Amino acid sequence: MKAPLDAPRARLDEALAAPGQTLASVTQTISDIPLQHPYPRFWWTGFALAFALVLLLLTSIAWLFARGIGIWGVNVPVAWGFAIVNFVWWIGIGHAGTFISAILLLLHQQWRTSINRFTEAMTLFAVACAGLFPLLHLGRPQFFYWLLPYPDSMGLWPQFRSPLEWDVFAVSTYATVSLVFWYVGLLPDLATMRDRAATVSKARLYGLLSLGWRGDARHWEHYQKLYLLLAGLAAPLVVSVHTIVGFDFAIAILPGWHSTIFPPYFVAGAIFSGFSMVLTLIIPLRSIYKWQGMITARHLDLMAKVMMTTGWIVIYGYCDEFFNAWRSGDLFDRYVDVNRAIGPYAGYFWALMVCNVIAPQLLWARRLRNNVGVLFVVALLVNVGMWIERFVIVITSLHRDFLPSSWGMYHATFWDYSTLFGTVGLFVALLFLFLRFLPAISMTEMRHFVAMGKAGR
Amino acid sequence: MNPPCHGLLAAFDSEESFRRALRSLRDAGCVLLDAYTPYPVESGVPPWAATPIGWIMLLAGAAGASGGFFMQWFAARDYPLNVGGRPLNSWPAFIPITFELTVLTAALAGVIAFFWLAGFPRLHHPVFSDPRFKRASQDRFFICIRADDPLYGSDIVRRTLADAQAESVAEVLA
Repeated sequence: MKAPLDAPRARLDEALAAPGQTLASVTQTISDIPLQHPYPRFWWTGFALAFALVLLLLTSIAWLFARGIGIWGVNVPVAWGFAIVNFVWWIGIGHAGTFISAILLLLHQQWRTSINRFTEAMTLFAVACAGLFPLLHLGRPQFFYWLLPYPDSMGLWPQFRSPLEWDVFAVSTYATVSLVFWYVGLLPDLATMRDRAATVSKARLYGLLSLGWRGDARHWEHYQKLYLLLAGLAAPLVVSVHTIVGFDFAIAILPGWHSTIFPPYFVAGAIFSGFSMVLTLIIPLRSIYKWQGMITARHLDLMAKVMMTTGWIVIYGYCDEFFNAWRSGDLFDRYVDVNRAIGPYAGYFWALMVCNVIAPQLLWARRLRNNVGVLFVVALLVNVGMWIERFVIVITSLHRDFLPSSWGMYHATFWDYSTLFGTVGLFVALLFLFLRFLPAISMTEMRHFVAMGKAGR
Repeated sequence: MNPPCHGLLAAFDSEESFRRALRSLRDAGCVLLDAYTPYPVESGVPPWAATPIGWIMLLAGAAGASGGFFMQWFAARDYPLNVGGRPLNSWPAFIPITFELTVLTAALAGVIAFFWLAGFPRLHHPVFSDPRFKRASQDRFFICIRADDPLYGSDIVRRTLADAQAESVAEVLA
């Protein structure tokens, strides 16, 4: 009775790891990257380029603090410029990591095993970049703590009924829980690093970080329960975070924002952009670090499919926006959509259509989907497309609202772009440091995976 | 008298022989056993006490939820804002923060409970002094019969370990 059910499952699992992998081989392949530091030329070039952008970011922030947010293109009526666009873009990118590590874990999708560590790190770094923007946008960032409920001498409270205040709680909870989830998952691997380290100083460093982990069966029992429950908490958390980001817009009365489709469509867009970022990063890294035995063609195929699925939910969101604007008969709502398509920012709108609606359709063809080059370009286009989507939502709704007398234009300045590209540099630099010092694939989960395959389950 | 021992540490190179040894040792009457594995081994391990982490996280989540809601409810009275005569206890607007604080407290309590239960951070443990133990985090499975076990030092233990094809057996100093 059991054999026919198990047979296809075993075949499926094989495609997720190259044949001949053992406990020792996966451990060695993964831990050698931080310990032996192979391909130093690639690492140093990549890190140096990214670090140059980090310096640009620091310069931009220093200038911002010296002069104020007037150095950006924001003004009335477009008071939310790149800062909010970038914030939503980055936080959306982070969501794929939590989706892969938490939701796919709960759904028993074993293909998450070799990519979850990397994508969780991606989540953390994306959230770090995202978190910068609201703080920088405050104008007086030294007063950021006014957003927190603390016993102040003025007898004031934050406005708990505002979606912007919900954001403070959502993003800080998300950052904390993602960090905790990532670190708990790392503990057994840090112990492996400690035990494989060639020098005493490295063994001490990894030993301190692993907190004394020794693979005790009792500890594993607590650990597994905790990991599963953290995944169970992170799954609704990731949905809540981007729902609340969607509320930032949907609860405003501005035409083009005031719409009930926003929260679900934002969540789908977040996972869409996150998966495209995972593909953009994984495709070059797996060929440089020779991870093809662990991140196989099947992984890329599955990720491409998730990207397409969420892409279609996003397309449904676009259609719904247009349909409801037309159907509502509200002149302002209708005008926003006409203005998006043929107004002064029409170029952005059509670029968005090309990147997010047309490009992913190439992946319907199996031959194109399995072509790593095509997949990489499509993923890159979706990344750009999702940034443009947030630009279109934020800028075109604000620049022409109700009264034509208060219309205006938004022009991004050098400092807008330097901050955006600076955070890209920060993100890449953090990823490079992560690759250099920590195991980028979960050795524990790969060992478990390999052992299960051997047991014939 | 010999120097004090922590226990007898046996290494196994496969999960199957490790499980077989663990089962036989249990059957023989060993009670103070520690098992160390490079990945979580679900079945075959002795029925150690169930982990209380689930309950701890549930209680912490409930505390976070009620505390979070209470904070907002209290703030609405402590600094009342009359928005078009709407009730001060505008509970639907308090749900998002209540939810976030539920998740935050449950997650943090879970991690703190895990560290507490596992005794982390811990800088040293007797098994670390055994050079073989470096592979416990890679590709070997270990069983430690602790020195305070009633069967410690008996022939039954040695024989069981040999029968189960232990790769190596050696004492570990405390």
